[in-house]
Amino acid sequence: MSVLVDQDTKIIVQGITGRAGTFYTDSGLRYGSNFVAGVRPGKGGGNHLDVPLFDRVRDAVAETGANASMILVPAQNAASAMIEAIEAEVKVIVCVTERVPVHDMIRVKDALRQSDSLLIGPNSQGILSPGKCKIGVMSTTHAQAGSVGIITRSASLASELVAQTSHLGLGQSTTIGVGGDPIHGIGFRQCLELFKDDPQTRGVVLVGEIGGTEEEEAADYLSSGDYGKPVVTLIVGRHAPKERRMGHAGTLSLFGSKSVSEKESRLAQAGVQVVENADMVAPAMRQAIRSRS
Amino acid sequence: MFLSEYQAKEILAQYGVAIPPGRVAESAQEAEARAREIAHEFAGERYVVKSQISAGGRGLAGGIKFAPSPSGVRSSAQELLGKRLVTEQTGPKGELVRRVYVESSVEAEKSLYAAVVIDPQSALPLLLGASQGGEDFEAMAAQNPDAIKMLPLSQKGEWDNDGLDTFLQDLGLEGAAAENCRDLLQSAVRALIKSDAILVEINPLAITAEQKAIALDAKMVLDGNAALRHPEFDALVSEAPLGESEKIAKENEVNFVKLEGDIGLVVNGAGLGLATYDMVKDAGGQPANFMDIRTTAYSFQIARVIDIMLADPSIKVLLVNIHGGGMTACDTVVEALSFAYSRAERRPPIVYRAAGQNADWSRSMMKDRRLPFEAASSISEAVKRAVAVAKQGRF
Repeated sequence: MSVLVDQDTKIIVQGITGRAGTFYTDSGLRYGSNFVAGVRPGKGGGNHLDVPLFDRVRDAVAETGANASMILVPAQNAASAMIEAIEAEVKVIVCVTERVPVHDMIRVKDALRQSDSLLIGPNSQGILSPGKCKIGVMSTTHAQAGSVGIITRSASLASELVAQTSHLGLGQSTTIGVGGDPIHGIGFRQCLELFKDDPQTRGVVLVGEIGGTEEEEAADYLSSGDYGKPVVTLIVGRHAPKERRMGHAGTLSLFGSKSVSEKESRLAQAGVQVVENADMVAPAMRQAIRSRS
Repeated sequence: MFLSEYQAKEILAQYGVAIPPGRVAESAQEAEARAREIAHEFAGERYVVKSQISAGGRGLAGGIKFAPSPSGVRSSAQELLGKRLVTEQTGPKGELVRRVYVESSVEAEKSLYAAVVIDPQSALPLLLGASQGGEDFEAMAAQNPDAIKMLPLSQKGEWDNDGLDTFLQDLGLEGAAAENCRDLLQSAVRALIKSDAILVEINPLAITAEQKAIALDAKMVLDGNAALRHPEFDALVSEAPLGESEKIAKENEVNFVKLEGDIGLVVNGAGLGLATYDMVKDAGGQPANFMDIRTTAYSFQIARVIDIMLADPSIKVLLVNIHGGGMTACDTVVEALSFAYSRAERRPPIVYRAAGQNADWSRSMMKDRRLPFEAASSISEAVKRAVAVAKQGRF
């Protein structure tokens, strides 16, 4: 099993005809993802990369039974694209587009609250269940089906940890990028809940970053009961100078945000194994899984 | 995008927030002239001369001066202009004061703190307030977070009337002062929403003897991602204190933050960028920058940023850590290195670590292009080598 997506997931692509849309639809098709339709207003009835095009998400869903969407549209259209997918009751919506205005995300979150859709992103590399389904822009060079669930804000670091866990023979059940923006869909805590109930996942890697309060929420959740699986955490940005802004916009969250060491100690108290650097994550995970079994 | 006080006040005033009469000036002479204008139009008796930088903490750092007369304004402006002001928020190098804001001094009976922010957790606007504002506010808030009152607003910025009454009572306001404060907050919320801002902060918010509510100082943070629909802010953006290298990097799809060290970092992605930065610091090295190559960047764009690094004599070694994937395969970055090195006068050594898409091929390209490099197989190894090379100045 995997979480949220599997080999039966039927995906539409919003913004399929753009440069990025074309590139990533093509690479997804090669990987074996089931892209059943593309949405591009004004081009309905046509084809792109042999995928049928529709004017509206609603039509694409009605025609193909799609239950997931990958959004790769310009930032100024991203909120409308997300809301259109929500209104068409698409179950899993992955928004790769970055630099979506904050006030637009307020509207998107409002639409989400009144729906059963689940949003991944924006500014996310997407979701990958190796060998089954890829919705997003992540590297699959070293991806391998296996036992580790990976939750990150960043694409490049996720790819790095995918390579490391594959190298040690652990592989990945599913990897989810929650996205680098301060306001986004699914968060750390919700991802942890999904991995808890997934029998394929034997351990979870959680990669946090300076800024925001999601690590704290994850710690609260993990403290609330027996998680039943080892969780290994890396939090990056420990040495980022306070007065200079680095990394994701998420690091700009304006208040309530704790330092890296505070986040680390909260998670450690919740029973999480906190490692110091990116090279230590996979070995720690292997050790933790071995000692449980 | 952090706005200076005068820029924030200009926007807030358009939405009806009351501010003291004030004018911006770029020279001491101009400052004096502006003070005379204020005296003439508003009968000002005392003035404040305020350094216009984007960071806070100006008062405690001596960046705000009071003056009894227009000629006093002139000498105060003389002291502030052209100097680097170092506050708690600027870092050790401080920020250059290019402008001062000359304002009529307002006698406050009460100094409050008020702000509207977008709360990332609820994805809704949130009103913040405290009965004691002023320059010590941040220290006070850190010690006593309960002193900050909060009122969540609706998606459109509306409040619950009873909720607001309680909020104002908690700030110690009643009668006309509460009424006037309510109007000011209403205007501030509208300014936040209409300007696509993520923060409006008014501190101090003065209540005068006549029970008027006036914004004595204001900060605003605009959402850079919304710049497309706000052409009216273009002029403000061009004044933002972004360094030259940061600006060029941004135009070339690279997030770049210039720092003081000697190890130049070339990394793709924000997370890997931060992870690499941390590891260099842990190993005792000093990064010369933070870098996050965006996945949409072409090799000639990345090369423009590497050009800047090669021209910087303080950089002794380049640490390249790439995880290829998506549109940024490893060879894209090697192509960029190759462009930049072929036209550079300095060719500092490169510690090269690559994984992911086209990693092997990219290493053979490094060799073919005769780049001065040493390959490393893990991030830790690369970091260790780069720190050693920076110390020795060569491989």
